[in-house]
Amino acid sequence: MSTATETPGSAAAAGKKKAPAGERVADWADGRLGIYSLAKANMRKIFPDHWSFMLGEVALYSFIIIILTGVYLTLFFHPSMGEIEYHGAYTPMHGVRMSEAYASTLDISFDVRGGLLVRQIHHWAALIFLAAMFVHMMRVFFTGAFRKPREVNWVFGFLLFVLGMFTGFTGYSLPDDLLSGTGIRFMEGAILSVPIVGTYISMFLFGGEFPGHDFIGRFYSAHILLLPGIMLGLLVAHLILVFYHKHTQFAGPGRTNKNVVGMPLLPVYMAKAGGFFFLVFGVIAAVSAMFTINPIWNIGPYRPDQVSTNAQPDWYMGFSEGLIRVMPGWEINLWGHTLVLGVAIPLIVIFPLVLVSIAMYPFIESWVTGDKREHHIADRPRNAPTRTGVGAAWIAWYFVLLVGGGNDLWATHFHLSINAITWFVRIAFFVVPVIVFIITKRICLGLQRRDRDKVLHGRETGTIKRLPHGEFVEIHEPLSQEQLHTLTAHEQYKPVELGEETDENGVQRKITRSQKMRAKLSKGYFSENGQIPKPTAEEYREIESGHGHH
Amino acid sequence: MKKLSARRRHPLAALVVLLFALAATGGLYTAFAPAEKAKAEQESSQSLAIQEGKKLYQVGCSSCHGTGGQGTSDGPSLVGVGAAAVDFQVGTGRMPAQQPGAQVPRKKKIYSQDEINQLAAYVASLGSGPSQPTKKQYDPSGSDVARGGELFRTNCAQCHNFTGEGGALTHGKFAPDLGDVDPKHIYEAMQTGPQNMPSFTDGALPEKDKKDIVAYVKQVNSDKSESPGGFKLGGFGPVSEGMFAWIFGLGAMIGVAVWVAARTAKAKKS
Repeated sequence: MSTATETPGSAAAAGKKKAPAGERVADWADGRLGIYSLAKANMRKIFPDHWSFMLGEVALYSFIIIILTGVYLTLFFHPSMGEIEYHGAYTPMHGVRMSEAYASTLDISFDVRGGLLVRQIHHWAALIFLAAMFVHMMRVFFTGAFRKPREVNWVFGFLLFVLGMFTGFTGYSLPDDLLSGTGIRFMEGAILSVPIVGTYISMFLFGGEFPGHDFIGRFYSAHILLLPGIMLGLLVAHLILVFYHKHTQFAGPGRTNKNVVGMPLLPVYMAKAGGFFFLVFGVIAAVSAMFTINPIWNIGPYRPDQVSTNAQPDWYMGFSEGLIRVMPGWEINLWGHTLVLGVAIPLIVIFPLVLVSIAMYPFIESWVTGDKREHHIADRPRNAPTRTGVGAAWIAWYFVLLVGGGNDLWATHFHLSINAITWFVRIAFFVVPVIVFIITKRICLGLQRRDRDKVLHGRETGTIKRLPHGEFVEIHEPLSQEQLHTLTAHEQYKPVELGEETDENGVQRKITRSQKMRAKLSKGYFSENGQIPKPTAEEYREIESGHGHH
Repeated sequence: MKKLSARRRHPLAALVVLLFALAATGGLYTAFAPAEKAKAEQESSQSLAIQEGKKLYQVGCSSCHGTGGQGTSDGPSLVGVGAAAVDFQVGTGRMPAQQPGAQVPRKKKIYSQDEINQLAAYVASLGSGPSQPTKKQYDPSGSDVARGGELFRTNCAQCHNFTGEGGALTHGKFAPDLGDVDPKHIYEAMQTGPQNMPSFTDGALPEKDKKDIVAYVKQVNSDKSESPGGFKLGGFGPVSEGMFAWIFGLGAMIGVAVWVAARTAKAKKS
């Protein structure tokens, strides 16, 4: 209708009746924006249905909510460290000297209409945003959805998470309350521990000695402009790539590596996604209306000479707190210079390592498998036991550090000694990931065995039959063709062979160290200890024909 | 007057004068003596309190603190801790202790206030120390809450948290929650520094400052204190908030996602 080739004649043939208003608007816009071809290509875009595919949406919607509420907060917030005496609505603070940033946050909470609710929505949404990104990342990880062609999008997602962490941190720092000041002091400590240049970076960042008069303004620019700007760009790129790659789907009848089975974007997913946005907004608003977060009026204005217990960062920075809390206070003094290993090792070395280790994993796996094909069918976690083990170990590692970061609350609530918890975390940091890796891998192998049994021997029905000679047997029911397909759809790799050590002339072949390493890793992934061979069609037929049904 | 002077040489005159003199002396004595007498009475009641306190002490305290309050390997000396310390420790149920450990926790108080006063009198008699504060000293009404907040954050929040929710110390010791603690006991704790707490003498923290701190604690951490933002999740800061965001926030999101995903437009079965 809008291909611009309509002749006046055909229009006349259609009669004098005017087209409906919607169509006319669409026509008008198409003639100027060319949206028809764009819509035609994407309106029928298919998305598969699974609840875990909606975790990324939770992150997206909470990000939108954060931007909307953040704009409202900027209308009333004064990013200034100028000192004033408070005389606002909150009487228990009357006469206290504080920065304008803190005073304006008090004003937002007590004087601005809806200010406290919006502040709480902004903060709760931030915590949920990061948590949603975290579980979304884990979904992608455990289903192998990071494999070719999606490695770049994995990195984009990872960058969004890290930027989200720092956007959250700068936001946490803005109200200039005692918690945010302590957090910035923590960060300053990390910067100061950088060998040689640390003191210079600190001086540049704070415009002199800590705390100075600059950092709130600087963090404000970063928090509302720089970081969210980059995040928005990355987010758009992330979504474009999701469209371009198409969504992964779980194996099932009719689903191949070359198709996507599901519902079209318009109207089904537009309606669902729109509704889901409001559900997400509703949950966050309900939480914010009922539960207080960061009650700055209780926390007090920041003064460098004050500190409180329970001074911890928001959860996404909690693992850095854990690192610093359990690290022994090592220090080296050399020619009048101090190397604070107790801070530099956890915050400058291990902190990035924890994050980068999970970001790098897809590249390590593709190097081990040597697989250059595209993958659009999501793995079931059990069918990649080593990967699932690595992921679970990483989560355990992260969790151990969170325990370390909240060691005081573990101590008071479980009546434990904080020193014992610290030592537990020090040891668990090295031991727990290994144990979790082994256990998870064994569980995966067990589940693979069960799948194999189900395919070959059918489903246990729970019906017990007594045979004429007295033996009891349980009746197994063969699986349907669909179930058989789903359980056997995954591919299994073969371990990489190094090949002959000598070539055909008897000359020793050069085998690099990385080749050896790769062969070793590949053996760990794909040998008998790394996966249970899935039943072959021959095995299945043999059993079927052999002794019939049980 | 004439009659009186006429009889001044009467043989019984001397006797009458003597009687008057005696009556006057006696009267004067009764008029001026009461203070002395009451003091004596008070002294005797004080010594009675000390005696009663000593008896209570022998039964409930001496096994750890020694028969004369000199202390043993199980409990510190009580010489010079003062009546305020006794009132705090016994009044909050911490003493008598249930068992040795990193720290003696607060529990149900088992002595009546009269008995506590007797115990306090006995312990105070062992050596001088801070006495129990009067209501005028600790009563938080009319104090400067904002100033109390600043003092609290400077002196107390390191261990007790921003609003006195309590916190962990080393090796299983802890700074307790100040939630429903009697203003008198907060005041006495500052005076005497019980267990792991440092003592804030009147030199370090004058009476008025202590009173402001008590007022602040009552403002932010009592059953009457308001939480404008809603339920405060324990008031422990970002750790409890993060846990809540994960378990309830994200939990609700996943619940909603499962719900939405389960209700989809069904393709027509062909």
